[in-house]
Amino acid sequence: MSGGVDSSTVAALLVRQGHTIVGMTMQLWNQRRLPELVPETGGHGRCCSLDDVYDARRVAEQVGIPYYVVNFERQFEEQVVRPFVEEYLAGRTPIPCTLCNNYIKFDRFLEMADAVGAHQIATGHYARVRYDEASGRYQLLRARDDSKDQTYFLFGLTQKQLSRTLFPLGEMIKPEVRELAREMDLAVAAKGDSQEICFVPNGDYAAFMNAYLKDKGIEPQATHGAIVTTDGRTLGEHQGVHHFTVGQRRGLGIATGEPLYVISTDPETQRVVVGGNDDLLCGRFLAKQVNWISIEGVSTPVRAQVKIRNKHAAAPATLHVTGDPTWVEVVFDQPQRAVTPGQGAVFYDGDLVLGGGWIG
Amino acid sequence: MQHFYFDHNATTPVAPEVLETAVSCLGQVYGNASSIHHFGQAAKQRLEAARRQVSALIHSSPAEIVFTSGGTEADNLAIFGAIRAAGSPRVHLITSAIEHSAVLAPSAQLEREGVAVTRLPVSAGGTVNPEDLRRALRPETVLVSIMHANNELGTVQPIAEISRITREAGVLLHVDGVQALGKIAVDVDALGVDLYSISGHKFYAPKGVGALFVRKGTKLAPTTFGGHHERDRRPGTENVPGIAALGAAAELAGRTLSAESERLASLRDRLESWVLDRISGAGINGARWNRTPNTSNIYFDGIDGEAMVIALDLRGFAVSTGSACSSGAITPSHVLIALGLSADRARSSLRFSLGRSNTAEQVDALCDALAASVTHLRRISVHA
Repeated sequence: MSGGVDSSTVAALLVRQGHTIVGMTMQLWNQRRLPELVPETGGHGRCCSLDDVYDARRVAEQVGIPYYVVNFERQFEEQVVRPFVEEYLAGRTPIPCTLCNNYIKFDRFLEMADAVGAHQIATGHYARVRYDEASGRYQLLRARDDSKDQTYFLFGLTQKQLSRTLFPLGEMIKPEVRELAREMDLAVAAKGDSQEICFVPNGDYAAFMNAYLKDKGIEPQATHGAIVTTDGRTLGEHQGVHHFTVGQRRGLGIATGEPLYVISTDPETQRVVVGGNDDLLCGRFLAKQVNWISIEGVSTPVRAQVKIRNKHAAAPATLHVTGDPTWVEVVFDQPQRAVTPGQGAVFYDGDLVLGGGWIG
Repeated sequence: MQHFYFDHNATTPVAPEVLETAVSCLGQVYGNASSIHHFGQAAKQRLEAARRQVSALIHSSPAEIVFTSGGTEADNLAIFGAIRAAGSPRVHLITSAIEHSAVLAPSAQLEREGVAVTRLPVSAGGTVNPEDLRRALRPETVLVSIMHANNELGTVQPIAEISRITREAGVLLHVDGVQALGKIAVDVDALGVDLYSISGHKFYAPKGVGALFVRKGTKLAPTTFGGHHERDRRPGTENVPGIAALGAAAELAGRTLSAESERLASLRDRLESWVLDRISGAGINGARWNRTPNTSNIYFDGIDGEAMVIALDLRGFAVSTGSACSSGAITPSHVLIALGLSADRARSSLRFSLGRSNTAEQVDALCDALAASVTHLRRISVHA
């Protein structure tokens, strides 16, 4: 229970359906740890702030369930925040939400549920899970509300994890969820949705990284470098590759006639390579550490629609097996813009999530 | 589902006779104790009667009792008050590594303000070595603050020995007695203390009331300002119902202390013997002797203490991992770490603190629940 409308409505729904449930908020990140980042307003709607815990507790009280706050700050820092910072410093664009799902929400939290005698967990994710008799596998499907679908971040879930998870909001659209919350008179019915990464205030991940590194007493390494074109001409200077992500257009500090985009970054040489729109196009790439969900894997080429970013319309592609069973080659029908190392590549067959991996 | 309470060091329920005193006072004795008229006088009488009751429990004179809003305020008043009364800019404070945050936090604040602070280590059994104190004394030491009984372990510190050293050195001794009063005998003269903190809600009085014993002649600067109450040491219109309740609780404690501490010790020992006998990989944290009779801090290897507290709560047994004030903290108990426990073992530890409502049947039921929980948690534990 994050204190948001979605998880609050899930709690109320499950109680209404007659389940015996326990509500828990995971204390993942101390908002006051990096004080320079905390806005005057005090951090509502971000990861486990005091206000959010208060809201979750109030909802638990309203629906009449036991409620606890469980502390996973140490694990969250080790398995989500630190990798997030390291990925950026390595010139990649991470998706911490996927790591949080894999290692915290559907791992530590599942273990905590086990510890207190619960068979399953339920979350406010917009996604659907069902058991398919024919294949004997738990399948993950897109949510009915496509605009809120979160399956992109769930590609790492194992069969074991899915077998013990409920996604009660999967069949609902967001307005219905809010309506239900209002109808059940939940304290958070009118609360705004949280945006961006939960532990990064205002979406300013560069400021977060600087503050975090300072807090750990780590000097960020050499953060000056050149912005160059694809044919090696230097166009300008920058303050660190971690400020840039593939496909980025703003913040280059270069005025030219035609639009320029970040094509790649190299933390070794601290170079940011920019180019035109065509340079961003990519027809094929390798996905590593692939996790298969609805199917067992690929032995022969498989047709799928592949998302390379959360806000990307899944594009038709063919999935090819490689020498390594955990690597898949994705060949798009049409080249796609800005295939970004560090992001996830998620393979769909319509609504069905076949599986996904990491863009190398 | 029935709920059983094994967290008396966190707080205690208000005893029936104490409740009666508080309620009658709330309803009927509403004058301001500083008013000269009939209503004020009635309030003043209740106030002074309670003062006599509290002083009797600790063998002090009534004039040496200052009423406060609780133990935290008493600790703050003692520490800031003694240090600020010293007058000299170069001062030194000695405390211990296992104090409650109500002593550690004022110490840390004074340190930020330029006061030198020494934090004495403790033995594996949880006690301060008086020789360490002797060696730590400096010419500019003004105050020593060592708790009487530790809230997480129950360990009792050698206060009489410590006070001999502080007296010899001409240094003030403050003792946080919050976890001791009501559980073991307290005699401020035998102990040799100059300042002693008291918290009502640890011995069956309501929350929000406590006291500080201030030995006659002790220089204490006020930390809050307003009227002249409590002999100019703590301003504010007195919470007479709360204070009356504190007095009643003190009297109750005096009457029942020796029988009750024997009863509690036997229940606590029953719990510990059963656990050590039947549950492998479990042990007592801190020395088993020289403890308050009701407290037991036990590690259970291979389990997560936080998960176990929740699991036990869902079965109807209320216990805790460390002090209530530190729940949800990212770092394991500073007390257990000071004993030399590893972070893992500290996180696998639970505190059981018994009180008036506990019976042998309840302890047995707790033991069964413990065994079941530990077995279950160890079986499912992947991230041990």
